[in-house]
Amino acid sequence: MDLFEDCLNAFWVGGVICVIGQILIDKTKLQPGRILVLYVVLGCILGAVGVYKPLVDYAGAGATVPLTGFGYNLAKGVTEEIDKSGFLGIFTGGLKAAAGGISGAVVFSWIAAMIFEPKEK
Amino acid sequence: MESQNSKDYRKKKEYEQMVKNASPDSPIFTDCIKAFVSGGLICVFGQIMRNYFTSMGLSQDDTGLAVSLILIAIAVLLTGFGLFGKIGKFCGAGTVVPITGFANSVASPAIEFKKEGWVFGLGAKMFQVAGPVIVYGTVTSFIVGIIYYIAGLVR
Repeated sequence: MDLFEDCLNAFWVGGVICVIGQILIDKTKLQPGRILVLYVVLGCILGAVGVYKPLVDYAGAGATVPLTGFGYNLAKGVTEEIDKSGFLGIFTGGLKAAAGGISGAVVFSWIAAMIFEPKEK
Repeated sequence: MESQNSKDYRKKKEYEQMVKNASPDSPIFTDCIKAFVSGGLICVFGQIMRNYFTSMGLSQDDTGLAVSLILIAIAVLLTGFGLFGKIGKFCGAGTVVPITGFANSVASPAIEFKKEGWVFGLGAKMFQVAGPVIVYGTVTSFIVGIIYYIAGLVR
């Protein structure tokens, strides 16, 4: 695997995914929070129909780092878990795959709130 | 002592100003270039870590998680120092769309609202944006799961 080529693919695919978000923000006045929700749902659907996996294979972090990658993980997690443990996987697979990211964000943020004071502008 | 109401009002005004600043009537092209470069660079940073962790022998899932956790930690730290907002103002969607935006959306209200209490301030407001993301993500994955399960039965 060539690091330079990997980085180039990650750069332009990740960049394009961000530009789409930027256009949505500028054109529709969609709040960033709604963009995040939209991206996760979209990533999950694209993952489910098998479109997102080739993108991950091609662009690596360019596809996994944007929040669509988080959604893709949910779809991947739920289908893998159903394969492994059957019906109940419908309930556990998604969040299991997302657990690390959510726990990380919650715990780090909690610690940050212990340490830092709100910044006055 | 300022009343809660006027504080809320001021917050709202500040927020409206923030939205205005973040979404000016704007040179959309410049915004897009900024988002493209900054978002792309965050992904390149992720890719370098990805190659490194893979070369260390981590599985693909573990690699993805490790990269996410590092990016989340950095974004939370920058939020704590009050730098994320400044960088974000320049980068626009370039910092919102990557996982860094998700991390910031958790850390920012956590720090901001701890003065309203550890439980219903910090604990609840932390999920102002992350909550909806998790709710709709979970529901979507549930629907995907149901369809996948039924398709498996039919097959």
